[in-house]
Amino acid sequence: MKEEIIIAGFGGQGVLSMGKILAYSGLMEGHEVSWMPSYGPEQRGGTANVTVILSEQRISSPILNSFDTAIILNQQSLNKFESAVKPGGNLIYDGYGITTPPTRTDINVYRIDAMDKSVEMNAAKSFNMIVLGGFLKISPIVKMESVILGLKKSLPERHHHLIPMNENAIKVGMDIIQKMN
Amino acid sequence: MTTKDIIKPENLVYTKSRILNDTPMHYCPGCSHGVVHKLIAEVVEEMDIQEDVIGVAPVGCAVFAYNYLDFDFQEAAHGRAPAVATGIKRLMPEKYVFTYQGDGDLAAIGTAETIHACNRGENIVIIFINNGIYGMTGGQMAPTTLEGMKTATCPYGRDTAINGYPLNITDLLVKLEGTRYVTRQSVHNSASVRKAKNAIRKGFENSKEGKGTSVIEIVSTCNSGWKMTPDQSNKWMVENMFPAYPIGDLKDI
Amino acid sequence: MSEEIKLMKGNEAIAHAAIRCGCDGYFGYPITPQSEIMETLMDEQPWKTTGMVVLQAESEVAAINMVYGGAGCGKKVMTSSSSPGVSLKQEGISYIAGAELPCLIVNVMRGGPGLGTIQPSQADYFQAVKGGGHGDYKVIVLAPASVQEMADFTALSFDLAFKYSNPAMILADGVIGQMMEKVVLPPFVDRLTKSEIEKQSPWATYGKPASRKPNVITSLELESKDMEQRNLKFQAKYREIEENEVRYEELACEDAEYLLVAFGSSARVCQKAVELAREQGIKLGLIRPITLWPFPTKLIQSYASSSKVKGFLAVEMNAGQMIEDVRLAVNGKVSVEYFGRLGGIVPTPDEVVEALKAKFL
Repeated sequence: MKEEIIIAGFGGQGVLSMGKILAYSGLMEGHEVSWMPSYGPEQRGGTANVTVILSEQRISSPILNSFDTAIILNQQSLNKFESAVKPGGNLIYDGYGITTPPTRTDINVYRIDAMDKSVEMNAAKSFNMIVLGGFLKISPIVKMESVILGLKKSLPERHHHLIPMNENAIKVGMDIIQKMN
Repeated sequence: MTTKDIIKPENLVYTKSRILNDTPMHYCPGCSHGVVHKLIAEVVEEMDIQEDVIGVAPVGCAVFAYNYLDFDFQEAAHGRAPAVATGIKRLMPEKYVFTYQGDGDLAAIGTAETIHACNRGENIVIIFINNGIYGMTGGQMAPTTLEGMKTATCPYGRDTAINGYPLNITDLLVKLEGTRYVTRQSVHNSASVRKAKNAIRKGFENSKEGKGTSVIEIVSTCNSGWKMTPDQSNKWMVENMFPAYPIGDLKDI
Repeated sequence: MSEEIKLMKGNEAIAHAAIRCGCDGYFGYPITPQSEIMETLMDEQPWKTTGMVVLQAESEVAAINMVYGGAGCGKKVMTSSSSPGVSLKQEGISYIAGAELPCLIVNVMRGGPGLGTIQPSQADYFQAVKGGGHGDYKVIVLAPASVQEMADFTALSFDLAFKYSNPAMILADGVIGQMMEKVVLPPFVDRLTKSEIEKQSPWATYGKPASRKPNVITSLELESKDMEQRNLKFQAKYREIEENEVRYEELACEDAEYLLVAFGSSARVCQKAVELAREQGIKLGLIRPITLWPFPTKLIQSYASSSKVKGFLAVEMNAGQMIEDVRLAVNGKVSVEYFGRLGGIVPTPDEVVEALKAKFL
């Protein structure tokens, strides 16, 4: 197993923390993992992205130019990373604010309206967990138990009471993701 | 009376501190450094803290202070003595740590290190020799050079329009919360030497109690740099330096 | 008990490893992309557990001089910064080398010159291995390529620094500092006791007992002949380090016709490039210098002299700095080419393979 993932969106959408939870989940299953963020002022209000690699083997480059999966949360990131998905790979995007949807036909394109759903659920902070749920539906590379353990590891203890809410959001994401092509 | 009679212990009226070793000093005759070194040696001996003192020498005439004083010493880069002393004191809080710095070292190149060490209230003693000139490098302008005073780099006298004003840094240090004891002394006559020694002792005693930084400025002469005899220098200092840098305690809490 | 596998950033790993390896003091000033080192230390509050001192200084200049003071007392002390801040520290590093004090300096490099960029770079290679400050001196330079090595090299740097009474540097970059990977932290080691310091560093200023002469920490000798002797002693020490402390990693070199030479995060990119090239039938290998000074000159010499190797490609995130040391080692026997990206851009594995083809195939 080897999965090379880019998650990209606005700073503040939980891009980096989603990547972190994924990485921790991989760690729980004994995989090699790497988590390489874009860093610096661009995190604040600008675009943010993180490359997450889960692998059974030693990970070579933590920085990549093509990905098995791109999880895209805004138009700028879609413009930047649509072409970086490997042929046959997956592109997942949140439909909110997307004016020019993806056009590639040699990849699997999925849409998840997590932003709308999180507003509907009155749980804006669950947004990234809904997206993560969608991803895990189409690429079940880690088990739900590992994700819960990953959440426990990556969240400070004072936030552990939020874990059931996050688990629910992941399940919602699994339900609402839809294939577009 | 023979020499043998003269050197009998009961006839002893003065001896130099054993902390001050026998290395001949490189200081010019009339220089204030030798006197201040002697006072430090006496204070260390009287407090019986030779094993617990770590000195930090500057860049300037006193760069070789460690050659004369018999305890552990570190030689700092120019101006960095308060940072070096911070590193020592933070890691060896049970020791007495002091810096010995000239005006260029403390008030020009090391201004930031001086102010921040004082502002953090490092429990160190800063001994500041202010003679208004760079002695070691050959008599150039110092931050504390008086207006109109001639030096190698202001040969027509310090012009405030070009060089700015004499920096009274000790007055600035008084305002910092971290300083506990700030005083200005001199060593040009017996009375002033006694007072300066008391001030140095107070600084060392303070540092044991952990209540902040002690700054002891010694307004000093540099007869070579000033191009005067030692006696003329002392008079010139009283007439010109003291009005700009008045002697006395500035802060004692 | 075996240590737990943790997931953390390279910067965080350095902080935790420092506490665990018995570091006595850290002095630093914030700068991206390495501020997590001091942030992690301040969060951990090691002064409450191991007694390690952590202090935010007023500048990088002050921080390195605090290191000088602490190191002069025989303590295990360190500082960290990123490129512009390490430039400021060069004065202190020269004095530390001149006074032969052991310490650890971490440089998590960013792009320059000047204020440059906060993005990763390896453009401080020359500064780290050729001197940086004034005078003839050398700093032992270790280049980690993983978060695990950030942790491991913290303790190793201190060991080497004390073994040779010489400053040691971890030369990382924004990728290694900011990336999270698995790491097993080193076990806790007690800080040095007073008597251990007196035994290990009898030259240190820990307070003069009646039984010995004063110890003086200085780099000053006004007499030229004394200063020459001092320098000759340094040089003898540097030759000893070059003889004993070269570290490197070889990947797929046995049958290689072409060799990449890369350190730190570039070496990670090159590992992937080796995989890609081998898929295409190109016999490519990778030499990863772990110590940049001392440089693995003899190793590169031996490959250059073998009949198999047709060329070397130095891959660096700079305009070609380490390549000079590769060329000195190869000494004209085969061709040595350069590929790199500048200004904070990390080369991709594909670019490396394309560059190799363009230069050699």
